[in-house]
Amino acid sequence: MSENMNLKLKIWRQKNAGDKGRFVEYDMENVSPDESFLEMMDELNEKLTHDNLEPVEFDSDCREGICGTCGLVVNGEAHGPLRATTMCQVHMREFKGMTKLTVEPWRTKAFPVLKDLVVDRGALDKIQQAGGYISINTGNAPDAHAIQVPKEASDLAMDAAACIGCGACVAACPNASASLFTAAKISQFALLPQGGPERKRRAAQMVTQMDIEGFGDCSNLGECEAACPKEISISNIARMKREFVGAMLG
Amino acid sequence: MKLDSKIPSGPLAKKWDKHKFELKLVNPANKRKYTIIVVGTGLAGASSAASLAEMGYNVINLCINDSARRAHSIAAQGGINAAKNYPNDGDSVWRLFYDTIKGGDYRSREANVYRLAQVSNNIIDQAVAQGVPFAREYGGLLAHRSFGGAQVSRTFYARGQTGQQLLLGAYSAQMRQVKLGKIKLYTRVEMLDLIKIDGRARGVVTRNLVTGELKSFTGDAVILATGGYGNAFYLSTNAVNSNASAAWRAHRRGALFSNPCMVQIHPTCIPVSGDHQSKLTLMSESLRNDGRVWVPKKKGDKRPANEIPESERDYYLENKYPSFGNLVPRDIASRNAKEVCDEGRGVGASGLAVYLDFEDAIKRLGKDVVTEKYGNLFEMYERITDENPYKQPMRIFPAIHYSMGGVWVDYNLQSTIPGLFVLGEANFSDHGANRLGASALMQGLADGYFVIPYTIGGFLAKVGASAINTDAPEVKDVEKEAKDRIERILNIKGNKTVHEIHKELGLILWNYVGMSRNKKGLEKAIQEIPKVREEFWKNVKVTGSGAELNKSLEEALRLADFLELGELIARDALMREESCGGHFRTEHITEEGEAKRDDNNFTFVSAWEYKGENQEPEMHKENLEFEFVELTQRSYK
Ligand SMILES: Cc1cc2nc3c(=O)[nH]c(=O)nc-3n(C[C@H](O)[C@H](O)[C@H](O)COP(=O)(O)OP(=O)(O)OC[C@H]3O[C@@H](n4cnc5c(N)ncnc54)[C@H](O)[C@@H]3O)c2cc1C
Ligand code: FES
Repeated sequence: MSENMNLKLKIWRQKNAGDKGRFVEYDMENVSPDESFLEMMDELNEKLTHDNLEPVEFDSDCREGICGTCGLVVNGEAHGPLRATTMCQVHMREFKGMTKLTVEPWRTKAFPVLKDLVVDRGALDKIQQAGGYISINTGNAPDAHAIQVPKEASDLAMDAAACIGCGACVAACPNASASLFTAAKISQFALLPQGGPERKRRAAQMVTQMDIEGFGDCSNLGECEAACPKEISISNIARMKREFVGAMLG
Repeated sequence: MKLDSKIPSGPLAKKWDKHKFELKLVNPANKRKYTIIVVGTGLAGASSAASLAEMGYNVINLCINDSARRAHSIAAQGGINAAKNYPNDGDSVWRLFYDTIKGGDYRSREANVYRLAQVSNNIIDQAVAQGVPFAREYGGLLAHRSFGGAQVSRTFYARGQTGQQLLLGAYSAQMRQVKLGKIKLYTRVEMLDLIKIDGRARGVVTRNLVTGELKSFTGDAVILATGGYGNAFYLSTNAVNSNASAAWRAHRRGALFSNPCMVQIHPTCIPVSGDHQSKLTLMSESLRNDGRVWVPKKKGDKRPANEIPESERDYYLENKYPSFGNLVPRDIASRNAKEVCDEGRGVGASGLAVYLDFEDAIKRLGKDVVTEKYGNLFEMYERITDENPYKQPMRIFPAIHYSMGGVWVDYNLQSTIPGLFVLGEANFSDHGANRLGASALMQGLADGYFVIPYTIGGFLAKVGASAINTDAPEVKDVEKEAKDRIERILNIKGNKTVHEIHKELGLILWNYVGMSRNKKGLEKAIQEIPKVREEFWKNVKVTGSGAELNKSLEEALRLADFLELGELIARDALMREESCGGHFRTEHITEEGEAKRDDNNFTFVSAWEYKGENQEPEMHKENLEFEFVELTQRSYK
C-alpha cells in the first residue's frame, strides 16, 4: 500500500448554461491512492458542504464503466490518463507523484454545460432517433434461429455495439466530430443481416443528423479512438463513410 | 383488505392464453385517445414504452438519467435465461418454471412464474430481430451457457455486457417511437409523487433535475418501472442513483408493498476498501466455476496467501457442500463467507473478505485459458484493487445486489391502486425469496414487451379514455406537498451531509437486516432507524437551492424515503419467523445449519399497508397456493 496524497485541484465551476464559468482551486489532503477519482470528488463535496459551499456537480451512475454517464477531462485528457478506462474506473494511484490536477467538463458546442462539470449530451440521442434502430414492432419477430449470423460478423457487430455513448470521442476530437459514435451504431446494424433492409436509409439519416446537431467533420486524426474507453475502432468510421456514399449513390 | 391476485382458473399451461382472450380489447382506432405515463427507461420501462407506443397509445416516458440508455439495467453482465432448449439438453418451459419456483424457495406465484417461462422465448426472438449481437457459434446460431447453478444451458449472453445490449435494443425501439412522436421522452426528470384522483392513478408530479421546475403529467394510467431498492443499504452493486422513491411514494398513496425483507446478497463482489467507498463492484458469478474459495484455518492469520500452506487452508464450501462445492447458490455462498469472517478468519486489511483462488485453475488449464475466460474480469479487479489475481488470490465479499420484494401487483401487474401498474425489479412478482442468475433481465423484458401490452388494455377498455387537467385541485395539492417537502429539507441547514446519514442507515440495515438476522437485532433496527430518520429531519445539510441542478437535494429526497422503507424491511424480516431464500433467521435453521422454511405458517406474500408517518403499518397476506409443484427443502450438500 502506498502513501496518501495531497493535491491541488483546479476545477471548472459554472453556475448554469448562461454563466461564463471559471476555474476554482481546492486543496485535498490525505487522499487514499485506493479510492477512485470520483470518490475523491465525493470527498471534496462532503468537505464543501460542511463549509457551507455548493458541491461541484458532476455526473455518474454505474461507477463501473458501462453506463457512459461519467466523463471529465483531467489534465487535458478525456476520462483521465488510463487507456480504455472510464473516469469512474480511474483510481487515485494513477496520479501518484502529481500535485496538481485540472478538472474540466467535455467541451464542445454540441454538449452545452448545464452546471459545473455536467453537460447535455442529448444530441447523441437525436442521432440515434434519426435511424439507429431496426423497424420491427414487438411481437413480430421470427424464431431467433430463423436468422443465422456468421460468428465473425456477429463478433464485429458486438465490438461496435460496445459503445457506451459517453461522448469522449467528441470531447477528444479537435473538430468535435461525433463520427465514432455514429459509425459504431451504423456499423453494428450494417454487419448484421437484420439491419439490411434499412441500411441505406439509416446511414443517410444518421450522418445527416450528426451535421444538424452541430458536430464537426472527421479528418481521420484518430484522437477519438485513443480516448474511447471501449476501444471502438476507427475502422468503423471508414465503414460509415462507405455506407453513406453507397446510400447517396442510391 | 382482501387481496385479489386475479390468477385465471384452469390448467397452468393454458392460463395466460385464456386470460389474454378474456381481457377486453381497446379498439385499434381508439388507442390514440389514451395517454400512458411510463416512469423509468430500464429494461422494463423502455420495452413497455416502445411496445405501447407501437400499438398506438400516447406514451409519456420519464427517467432521471441524462439519456434513457443509461438506466441501471445497462450494468447487467451475465446473461438472460430462456427456455429455448436449443442445446437439446432437456430444457422446457416447465423446467424453467420449476427451477424459478424452487430457486425462489417457494415464495412466488405459480401462475406468474409459468407465464414468465412461457414468454421467455419470445424475448430472445425479439432481441435478435432488433439486432442485439448475442454471442454466436461458428454455425451462425446462438451460443448459450449454464449459469447460477442451473443444470441446463439456457443463458444467452452478449460478452459480459448482456444488460447493455438488451437495453440498447429496447432503447432503439424506444427512440424510433420518439422520432415518430408516439413517445414523449423527458430525461433528467424525477417523479416525486403520484397523483390519485377518485381512487385511480392519474399522473405524477415531477422535478426537472436541471432547472428544479415542478411539473405534473396526467394520463389514463401510470406505469412504474423504476427499479429496485438495494441502495437503502447505502453500499450495493446498484448504480449510485438507483432509488426507491417512486415505489415508496406510490406506497404512501395506497399501493401495498410486498416482501420488503427479500433482498439478494451477491457473494462475489470486490470488498470495501475504505470509508470513501461509494458503491460495490460485482465480479461475475462465473468466476466460481474455476476459482476456489478459502480462508485460513487459524483465526487472525495475517500471513500473505502464498505463505499459508495447503494444510492450513480451509476450503469451506468444498468441505461443507461436497456435491456443489464452490457453486452453491448465492445466498449460501454469501452466508458462509460472513460466518468465517465473523469467526475472525477473514482476510485482507479489514478482515471482511475471503479468497477466491485461481492458482489451481491456472495449473490445470494453463494461464492462457484462464485469461481467455476471465481476462477482462481480472483486469477490472486489478484496476480497482491494484492486486494481480494471476499472482495472488482475489479477495471477495458479499454485497447487496437485488431486491425481490417490491410493490404488490396482481396477475395483470396492477397494484392495489387502480391504474397503477408496476414492472421489473420495482414489483415483487416472480422471484419469491431468491432470484436466480439471469432471470431479472428476463422478467423486466417479459413484463414490458409481453405482459403489460395486453393487461393494460383490459384496464383501459373498462375505464374509457378521459383527460385530467393539470390545473385540477387534486394535482395542485400533490404539487404543493412536493414543494413543501423540498423547502423543508433546504431549510434544515443542519450539520450532517446526506451521505453521512445514509451511511448510518446503511450500517444498521447491513448489521441487523443483512445476511443473517435474528429477533433481537431486528428489534434493535426497528428502534434505531426512526432515530436516524429524526436526525435527518433535524440535522441534514443541503446547500444550494431547489431551483437549479442540485444533486445533494436529489439524494436527500431519496434518502428520506429510504429511511422509511428501511424500517419496513426490518419489520417484514421480524414478522417472517422462518428462513427462506435471501431471508435467513438464525433462529430458524436445520440441524445442519441451513435455512429452514416454515411452510405451514409462512407460505404467503406479505403486503404492507401504509398507515401514516411514524405509524405502524398493517400487514395483509396473499396466501400462495401450490397446485402444480410440491414443496421440498432445498439441499446442496
Ligand atoms: C452489477 C449488476 C449485474 C447484474 N447482472 C444481471 C444479469 O446478468 N442477469 C440478470 O438477469 N440480472 C442482472 N442484474 C439485475 C438486473 O440488471 C436488474 O434487476 C434489472 O436490470 C432492473 O431493470 P428495471 O427496468 O426494473 O429497472 P432499472 O434498470 O433500475 O431502471 C430504473 C429506471 O427508472 C428510472 N427512475 C427511477 N426512479 C425514478 C423516479 N423517481 N423518477 C423518474 N425515473 C426514475 C431510472 O432513471 C431508470 O430509467 C444485475 C444487476 C446488477 C446491479
Ligand atoms: S459512471 Fe457509468 S461509466 Fe462511469
